[in-house]
Amino acid sequence: MSTLVRDRAPVQTGLVSVRPPRKRLSRRTLLLGGAGVVWLVGFLFLHGTSTLTLPASELTDLHRSLNQFNAWVASNRADNPVFQYVFTPFRSAVDSVANLFASTFAASSTGLRLPEIGWLGTVGLLSWIAFAVGNARVGLLTAAAFTFFGLQGLFTEAAYTFALVLTAVLFSLLIGIPLGVLSGISGRVSQVITPVLDFMQILPTFVYLAPLALIFLIGPASAVIATVIYAVPPLIRLTAHGIRNIPENTREASDSLGTTGLQRLLTLQLPLARRTIVMGINQSTMAALSMVTIAALIAAPGLGQVVVRALQSLDVGTAVNAGLSIVLLAIVLDRVTTAASRRAEPGAARKRRISRRSRYILLAVSLVVVLVMVQLSRTMLWAAAFPKNLNFGPDIVSGVGAASEWLQTNLSLFTVSFREALTNGILNPFQSLLTETPFYLLVAVVLVAAYALGGWKLALVTASCLAAIIYLGLWSDAMVTLASTLVATAVVMVLGIIFGVAMGRSNKVDQIMRPMLDAGQTMPAFVYLVPFLGLFGATRFTAIVAGIIYAAPVAIKITADGIAAISPTVMEAAVSSGSTPWQVITKVQLPMARKSLALAANQGLIYVLAMVVVGALVGAGGLGYDVVAGFVQSSLFGKGLAAGLAIVFLGILLDRMTQAAAADPVRKIRSARSSAH
Amino acid sequence: MNSPDISVRNLWKVFGPGGEKIPKDPELSSLGSAELLERTGCNAAVRDMNFDVAKGEVFVVMGLSGSGKSTLIRCLTRLIEPTSGRVLVDGKDVLEAGTGELRELRRRKMSMVFQHFGLLPHRTVLDNVSYGLQIRGTAKNERYARSREIIDLVGLKGYEQHFPDQLSGGMQQRVGLGRALAGDPDTILFDEPFSALDPLIRRDMQAEVIRLHKEMGKTMVFVTHDLSEALKLGDRILIMRNGEMVQCGTGDDLVGSPADKYIADFVSEVPRADVLTLKWITDPVALGTPGDAPVLSAGMIIRDAIPTVMNSSCPVLVEDSGKITGQIDRDSILSVIRSTEVAA
Repeated sequence: MSTLVRDRAPVQTGLVSVRPPRKRLSRRTLLLGGAGVVWLVGFLFLHGTSTLTLPASELTDLHRSLNQFNAWVASNRADNPVFQYVFTPFRSAVDSVANLFASTFAASSTGLRLPEIGWLGTVGLLSWIAFAVGNARVGLLTAAAFTFFGLQGLFTEAAYTFALVLTAVLFSLLIGIPLGVLSGISGRVSQVITPVLDFMQILPTFVYLAPLALIFLIGPASAVIATVIYAVPPLIRLTAHGIRNIPENTREASDSLGTTGLQRLLTLQLPLARRTIVMGINQSTMAALSMVTIAALIAAPGLGQVVVRALQSLDVGTAVNAGLSIVLLAIVLDRVTTAASRRAEPGAARKRRISRRSRYILLAVSLVVVLVMVQLSRTMLWAAAFPKNLNFGPDIVSGVGAASEWLQTNLSLFTVSFREALTNGILNPFQSLLTETPFYLLVAVVLVAAYALGGWKLALVTASCLAAIIYLGLWSDAMVTLASTLVATAVVMVLGIIFGVAMGRSNKVDQIMRPMLDAGQTMPAFVYLVPFLGLFGATRFTAIVAGIIYAAPVAIKITADGIAAISPTVMEAAVSSGSTPWQVITKVQLPMARKSLALAANQGLIYVLAMVVVGALVGAGGLGYDVVAGFVQSSLFGKGLAAGLAIVFLGILLDRMTQAAAADPVRKIRSARSSAH
Repeated sequence: MNSPDISVRNLWKVFGPGGEKIPKDPELSSLGSAELLERTGCNAAVRDMNFDVAKGEVFVVMGLSGSGKSTLIRCLTRLIEPTSGRVLVDGKDVLEAGTGELRELRRRKMSMVFQHFGLLPHRTVLDNVSYGLQIRGTAKNERYARSREIIDLVGLKGYEQHFPDQLSGGMQQRVGLGRALAGDPDTILFDEPFSALDPLIRRDMQAEVIRLHKEMGKTMVFVTHDLSEALKLGDRILIMRNGEMVQCGTGDDLVGSPADKYIADFVSEVPRADVLTLKWITDPVALGTPGDAPVLSAGMIIRDAIPTVMNSSCPVLVEDSGKITGQIDRDSILSVIRSTEVAA
């Protein structure tokens, strides 16, 4: 938040100096400025004292007692009634569904023998489903992609990932659609659910893996549950949104005819919300893929494991090969669900090129072909296991590995100097400002800033978050993570404003950029690490760049939408009074899109935080490192769990502060209006 | 006119927290809108409304935007829950009806046509028109047969399988009209049904409503902000301002004897000769008028009397239910026409 503090101050004074005869500085500016000055002065005299640093291998008492809790769970899992009657049956239920799909598409439940349907059957069946719910084009895409997985030598891994995604999406639908419908119909349910969803969304994905693994053991069940937690919020939200946002006049018309609540739901709300619900399924599926790959950290089988192992051994070639599969799978899932949502559009039926009947005939004929393929794959070896002589995986791996090495050696002049310049010039000074300031001083500064931005209530929330981080014994690590997050967010906001303004001002730029941003947003988080690992090696910097690339599309889109939403009349008025484009941007568009900018900063922060933590896999330190170490070493389990919690508190802190900063101008305007009365 | 179909008594709708106390409080209920908002934060959209609608009548509620007319019409079937008062339909109070009764009322007795049509975009014209029948559980064949008749009646034959977004605004409103008619209700409520349409199409649709009214004889409550529409369609017109009734009467009542300056302003540009009847310009019979002079009915529109009066060499006598009530001459007709032109 300190960048925010420092960003805000000049903006405020700038506004003030423009105003006619020296109006006094607002209290808020004084508070923020004063806090900044106190911080810098305090840093100069007191730096290096009371920093609460905790070396990587050392533990606090809290961490040790968490370790003991871990041990207790392990030894009591068999006879504790809560586990016996609640967690364990639940786990085996989820496990059996996951295993059903895995043994159908990937491999038998022991992982040693062939799956029920071999590769040929899988390719055929999935393509046919894609054709049935979407169109012929996505059917062909599915066939091509799954065949390509085989050529990459990753068919089994891809099939595992797909099976887990399928399981997780199935459970998400089971939970998400009823909850979404309920929350769309009843205001009370929505009031309860919305804050829970908000909270679930600011939780970085990494965080719930450890507690879940503790309760449900490592393996597919934990992976599926973690994935559902991550994937279900967008589905609930979009379903509720679709149900709630039926046009008022249509709803009224249906009421005037005497519909019952159930009739309204079945004849009006569900059909009209269908498209939005399918969009929710799309989002949910993409989120599931992203999480299933990350869940490799708790031993979820599939492509994620290949990437994790490759990242840990810094094997860029293998990581790129598996990353490519993940991207392809993401594209397939996105295109198929998007095509399905188009089909769900009201009136889509009459725009089709072929008649309903000939489509059914085509589906039936192709189904017969697919069944033959399935039968072949169950009887013939060549159709069951992907032929080994068609495996080009090793070639891809070695080719990419060589290319990456070449890049690192030959471009090192550029990449290394760029990396070092930014690391030494911005990141290190900022990080040491945060980590070497005495903790009490920094807490005080943050609290004053929180009070200035959001009053006592925000100061209280902030104080609790900071106290929790200190109690968890991870203050210094949290500051390291915070430094990376804030630096990355600052860059994200610069990118967001530049590209967002360009897109908001020009339709052409928007048309070119938007598909790229959409594609960027559908990629699973993991994949971003891979190319930058090849370019910059395993450092903190790589994690930050990945975070920037991961978060930039969201920030750019929100900014662009905010700029584009400004009424054309206002723009015309500004232009007709002779403003230059620069004046229009700085005096009209950016101030009017202020709310969107604040929202972009908020979302950017959350995304960056999520990615910076995942970046621990390629050398970022801080809390992310503690979490990963907790997965790997059982003696560090407690610390990892504590680090996960610290990330949550950091996330809440950043979220609340940015939201308060965003909400403030509105309050100001209102008070100005009421005083004018 | 027969016994009243709909009777509204002391109907109030107050928006805002604590609004239910205002109708009962004699001090607050007499406040003006601005004062009421200032003191209580509430907004009285309908205030102490009383009127009867006769069976088969076209009753028009007219007012400017924000006068509460759309709220009033929604209170009749409780699409907006009224704050207090009574709405009697066939002698039963709608406000006391349970959920089931209210649903029955909406399904069989009163249906509504909306300004923005409110069609279901995912259903064809046929399915939209039969929606109300489907809701009340009519079998598929029966409701389609009935709907086809209605589609024919509202002039949409051949468009059964189209979707709403393939139709023009006027045609979409015909679908809305068809949907309201399909359930064969006793009363149809219109909420500014033609305001969103082009003037030419609006005229067509007005003619359509007049035709349907003649053919089917349904009671109609029609909300509009357009005075000429009100005069064209309405047997009686109720004018609202700030939630209150200002005047209620036939078109020529309003034009001939406006209740206050507000109404007078409102009707000042109406061509009076087209609306007023002879009774408004009848003078006492003068001594020199011959007994065999032509006789016209007092209910005749002035413009229709022009040829007779102009062709007669003497003043023309006016009779009302068999009795001679007075006379008119060229001067009295010309003065009506002149006053309109001056006002215009």
